Amino acid sequence: MRRRLVLLLAGAGLLALAVEAVRAVGALPGAGEVPHPYGSRAVAAAFDHATANAVMSVTLDQRGFDTLGEELILLAAAVGTVLLLRRLTAEAEADTPHSYGPEDVFEAVRLIGYLLLPVTLLVGGYIVVHGHLTPGGGFQGGTVLASGLFLAYLAADYRALDRLRPPGLFDTAEGLGAFAYVAIGVSGLLSGSGFLADWLPHGTLGHPLSAGTVPLLNVAIGVEVGAAFVLVVAKFLDQALLVPQDVPEEG
Amino acid sequence: MSDWILGILLVLTAATATVVVLTRDPGRQAAVLSAYGLLLGMSMVALAAPDVALSQIGVGTAAVPLIVVLAIARCHREIDAHRSEGGEREDR
Repeated sequence: MRRRLVLLLAGAGLLALAVEAVRAVGALPGAGEVPHPYGSRAVAAAFDHATANAVMSVTLDQRGFDTLGEELILLAAAVGTVLLLRRLTAEAEADTPHSYGPEDVFEAVRLIGYLLLPVTLLVGGYIVVHGHLTPGGGFQGGTVLASGLFLAYLAADYRALDRLRPPGLFDTAEGLGAFAYVAIGVSGLLSGSGFLADWLPHGTLGHPLSAGTVPLLNVAIGVEVGAAFVLVVAKFLDQALLVPQDVPEEG
Repeated sequence: MSDWILGILLVLTAATATVVVLTRDPGRQAAVLSAYGLLLGMSMVALAAPDVALSQIGVGTAAVPLIVVLAIARCHREIDAHRSEGGEREDR
């Protein structure tokens, strides 16, 4: 009886939600419409702050606070992964050797990995620092940078990857990136404009040094996201490469 | 013309998404997921959203399938280790 009531209530709620959702979507302004009620305002505000990439102006200037939430979600996810997979590594790391990587990788794949490694790092850095000018930004560039590091694993082996990531470097970078984003936000408060306000001089539209705090925030995000991806994937890689040994059974 | 490209991309994306769901082996699924992520990213480019497309391709095409494949590799090894240990442990 009670179950039926719950189902009935849930059904009614979902139905009402569906009706309202259809109504809301129907009332949305069309995609690509000119003038667009949101688009026109957002683009005007972006140009007002000399941010050529209007998308980046929305995510880091007009709605910078939302991006802070996203960034902290990623931080929490990375910390969670590292924490969950830490115990197994710590248990085994002392006496369990790692296998050292893809010995059976084709030479062609290795070659492509070597060739792509510098290109990937360059492209990643470019995407991060040009986020306020062209499509891209800290998140996108950060993922590209992190994937570059794993090309090193593909091209060489685990040892090379290990040398490229000294212990503690990426943990620190992860924390510093997140901290820098908040610190830039607080600097807006100290300048008297407000949290995450774009208070620095805006410069000339389209110039590499323009858009005020946006490029700084992009660099902070790039460091944080790149480090987060490296940490998470590295933990999985560690797990996959640990050589199993006969561990004495507990109990 | 661009409407046609967008239409074809959306149909391909939907078809690949169905293939992802219908693929039951996790290893193969990761590979199909990667292809699906690329198509989804291309649809986003066709919809004039290159920023989101970059994130989608970075995360959906590279990072997530890689994590899945690594997790599968670990699980397979665990299973193999259990098998090679012989039958005396199975009936514990």
